[in-house]
Amino acid sequence: MSAVMITRKVRKWEKLPGKNTFCCDGRVMMARQKGVFYLTLFLIVGTCSLFFAFECPYLAVHLSPAIPVFAAVLFLFVMAMLLRTSFSDPGVLPRALPEEATFIEMEIEAANGNVPAGQRPPPRIRNVQINNQIVKLKYCYTCKIFRPPRASHCSICDNCVDRFDHHCPWVGNCVGKRNYRYFYLFTLSLSLLTIYIFTFDIVHVVMRSVDNGFLNTLKETPGTVLEVLVCFFTLWSVVGLTGFHTYLISLNQTTNEDIKGSWSGKNRIQNPYSHKNIIKNCCEVLCGPTYPSVLDRRGLMQEDSPVSTTCTAPPSSSSIAAPQTTVSTDTNAAPSSFTHTNSKVDQGCEAQNNEYRADIKESCNQLYRVLERRKNVCVKRRAISCVSTYCSCLYPFLIVQLNETAFLRSTNIYVISHLCSKPKKYLHILNNAVPKSLSSMLLTIIQTLQVVSVTLLRFL
Amino acid sequence: MPVFLLSSKFHNLQELRHSASLVTKVFIQRDYSEGTVCRFQTKFPSELDNRIERTLLEETVKTLNSYYAEAEKIGGQSYLEGCLACATAYIIFLCMETRYEKVLRKISGYIQEQNEKIYAPRGLLLTDPIERGMRVLEISLFEDRGSGGSSPSSSMSSGSSAR
Repeated sequence: MSAVMITRKVRKWEKLPGKNTFCCDGRVMMARQKGVFYLTLFLIVGTCSLFFAFECPYLAVHLSPAIPVFAAVLFLFVMAMLLRTSFSDPGVLPRALPEEATFIEMEIEAANGNVPAGQRPPPRIRNVQINNQIVKLKYCYTCKIFRPPRASHCSICDNCVDRFDHHCPWVGNCVGKRNYRYFYLFTLSLSLLTIYIFTFDIVHVVMRSVDNGFLNTLKETPGTVLEVLVCFFTLWSVVGLTGFHTYLISLNQTTNEDIKGSWSGKNRIQNPYSHKNIIKNCCEVLCGPTYPSVLDRRGLMQEDSPVSTTCTAPPSSSSIAAPQTTVSTDTNAAPSSFTHTNSKVDQGCEAQNNEYRADIKESCNQLYRVLERRKNVCVKRRAISCVSTYCSCLYPFLIVQLNETAFLRSTNIYVISHLCSKPKKYLHILNNAVPKSLSSMLLTIIQTLQVVSVTLLRFL
Repeated sequence: MPVFLLSSKFHNLQELRHSASLVTKVFIQRDYSEGTVCRFQTKFPSELDNRIERTLLEETVKTLNSYYAEAEKIGGQSYLEGCLACATAYIIFLCMETRYEKVLRKISGYIQEQNEKIYAPRGLLLTDPIERGMRVLEISLFEDRGSGGSSPSSSMSSGSSAR
């Protein structure tokens, strides 16, 4: 069997390892589970639309038109921050290429020396001194790199992320170096929006109740109840989260470090990344440089996909003495169409199977046309039913692996096209060329059917 | 400038790619002693001992480090950029190039220039760190494919470079 390499250009995001999903041709990068993110979107958009529908007309008239305007601005800011956090690359570190991985392995082995047999090799750790503090860099077995300080491997996205904070399901993405400030601004602006809507809901209810009574107000604006409920529960969680992250930013820590207690102060370990000044820390995290993505999702690369052609296309059609000239011309047509379609074969068993089925159909049609010329209708019918039984027996075997499919394809087209002549030759080919993995039952069926159909045709 | 034995073999980058075969790759790791700022170690790898002078490589690495430090500097300009971007909900980044991206372009131009002038004549090739996730500075070591025909190839290459 020979293999033809087809090179095609693909975008790099299609070949990135890890469990991310990409949209808009690599411009958008998210985690796989997006259900909670849609819930977040729904809650925010839903609550705000209720606010604009029910409260804003009244408040714009009775208090000030600036209220809905400011709410709209805040809503747009919240949405922008949410989408920016969700869709951007959090700071994923690409995996090591094979040469780099080998280089690092060699360095590790050189550092470890000779480990006696039976003993576990020491854990792969590199010690680095940062600001008079020893920081341990761990080796990531998935990405085959020593993780930079503050990086961590996200098991949900299966990536190492730089300055890994946490994986946020509400946002549908990891929060890392590149999108932490957007995440923080999202929680901050969402808290403000929630407080704003909650306050003005209360104000609206109070103002309207003074005129109409409490129950009537609720009847007129049923959305208010929903909004108040959503805002009440959101307030506690989001405001709390914002407060927590403000505390982390002022200390220049990540959620990951806080949970693990890396800089909790025991053993005189202190955070080496902190500037010991709250304002400096805040400025570094929020107003620091905007790091670019190192993933290059939309870059182009060449991809080689092997396409197996078979060498069992007829070596010479002239050696086959067909009883009718139509058969020989048809056989010329069948292999050429076979090889032609073979060169168009896409990756994947499914595409090959479909083409295979099409080829079989075509060959059966050809044989049918040949058989139509026979005069005896009864035998013709029996022969045709034999052939179709033969083909249908082989259809289940289309689900067989790729390399076998190509083989089956070639033999079948051979067999079907040349049933009228030299059956022994094909039996011989089948006997020698059948791969070991094909069951002997299949072989028996093929041979039986072939002998039967050929014998029947002989009587015509 | 001291002349190396191998310097006559390769005269430009294209020749390097066509006539050379890759021997090995050397990786210069990140230097984390000053925190998470992007810096590369100036330690000289032993595999490059007879290929290039220490001072040249150190100079390249130091210049790269200074470029990265400039990109990641937290000062007046970065605050202004950050606050302006925040005020526009970061939409301004759709039209404007960030300072970091500008410096990255400068870096890739610098690496290209260094490759052409210094590294390719010695059979080496620097890879921009951003293509390796800013983790390593990869130096590829090449050797001339035809080991016996060094003189005719050099005369051919000198002829082609003279064009």
